[in-house]
This record gives sequence, structure tokens and C-alpha cells, in this order.
Amino acid sequence: MVPESYYVALSALLFCMGVLGVLVRRNPLVIFMSIELMLNAANVNLVAFGQRHGTVDGQALVFFVLCVAAAEVAVGLAIIVSIFRLRRRLSIDELNLMRW
Amino acid sequence: MTQLITFWVLALLAVGSAAGLIVRRNPIHGALFLVVNLASVAGLYLLMRAEFLAAAQVIVYAGAIAVLFVFAIMVLIPGKEETGPDPLRRQRLMAVPIVGLLLVLVGLVLRSTVLQGRPPRTPVPGRTVHLARLLFTDYLLPFEVTSVLLLVAIVGVLTLAKRKPS
Repeated sequence: MVPESYYVALSALLFCMGVLGVLVRRNPLVIFMSIELMLNAANVNLVAFGQRHGTVDGQALVFFVLCVAAAEVAVGLAIIVSIFRLRRRLSIDELNLMRW
Repeated sequence: MTQLITFWVLALLAVGSAAGLIVRRNPIHGALFLVVNLASVAGLYLLMRAEFLAAAQVIVYAGAIAVLFVFAIMVLIPGKEETGPDPLRRQRLMAVPIVGLLLVLVGLVLRSTVLQGRPPRTPVPGRTVHLARLLFTDYLLPFEVTSVLLLVAIVGVLTLAKRKPS
């Protein structure tokens, strides 16, 4: 039996690696993948805490997160593709049109 | 004991593939590392007796989402963005200590609050039957709203993809 704290520590580590990927990389596709990493880390956390408290509510939440992640990836990739069509380049630093 | 060894192997795989995703320049390598990461997380779900989630993870994440990423990378001619000089290099290097600080803070918070004390030890109902029953009783409304969300995503993607560049 693996203690839940191991899972929580692992998910914290994975989440921080996702944050690092978002902050460091310049390619929006890789930034998207890092966001997926963060969502996954949160999912591991939810399942681990659900197991700790002996309920399946955490797993139900993970199911919904999965659906939201799928929708988010589809829409986000469509946005990236249309940005690429407009500007022929794909650097996250140049996309500052809506910056305040 | 076997479970502990399995956990460590899967955890190393997950962390290593996440590091590969961050470090490698080529986005297609990143996508493949992402698949490895998602698959090892599916293994962790199996270890936690969440069989349905493990299957859904493999189908939705490692299947559909990974394929979507690979398609997008092939459409977009990757690898051109990160070869030139980086005007924001100093800001990007600052991200590393900041994320380290974040990790330390999260660890401290978890140690001091959430993981203190023993939890109520009820028998763990990790079975798919329980999850299905819960999804179709207590979480029925969110479940149906999810289908609307997916429909909205489909329609949105179609409108975004059909638009002609003016």
C-alpha cells in the first residue's frame, strides 16, 4: 500500500514542472502541453485524496476535468492554428496585441 | 512492497518524461514525452484502484489529445520559434528559482496542514460501479452539462477552422 502523501508529493512536483514549462518555453504548443501536465497533476491529487477519504467523489471530479481538458485542447489548438494562418509565425512573445 | 516498487518506477517515468517535455527543443519530441507521462499517470491510477479513470486516461489523453497535438505540430511547421536569440532570456531564467520557491511553498503547506493526522479509514470503494452510480445520481447535472460543453467545443473549433484568412 503506497501512502497517499507520496502521490501528493509527486503531483506537486509534476505541477511545478508544468508551471516551469509554461514560463520557460516560447512555443505555444509546448506551453499547451505543459498546461496538460498541470491538469494531470491536479487529477492525481484528486484521486489520491479521494482514496484517502474512502470516497469516489474525487474520481468523478477527475472525469469532469478530463472532459474540460479535451474541450480546452481542441479549442486552444484551433486558436493556435488560426493565429499561425494569420501571422505565419508562432512565437508567444509576439502575441501581445491584447496586452494592457 | 511490489506496489511501492511499481509506484517508484511510474513516478520516475512521469517526472523524467515531464523533464523531457520541458527540455527538448523539438515539439514533436515533447508530444511523445507527453504520451509517456500520461501513460505513466494512467498506471498510477491503476495503482490507486481507479480502473475506469486509467482506461479513460489512455483513451482520451494518450489517445485523442496526443493525436491532436501531433496533428497540430505537423500542420504548424515546428521548431522555428525557439532557434533565434531570446530577447527575454533573463526573465526566463528567473522562472527556475521562482518555480523552486513555489515547490517549497507547496511542500510546506501540504506538510503542515493537509497531510497531518490519520484520515478516517473507511474501506476504499475504488470500483467502477461506485463511480458510475455516483455519476448518474449525485453528479447527473454536471454530467449532462459536460455534453453541452463538448458540443460547444466542437462548434467553436469548426467555426475557428473554417474562417478564411482575409
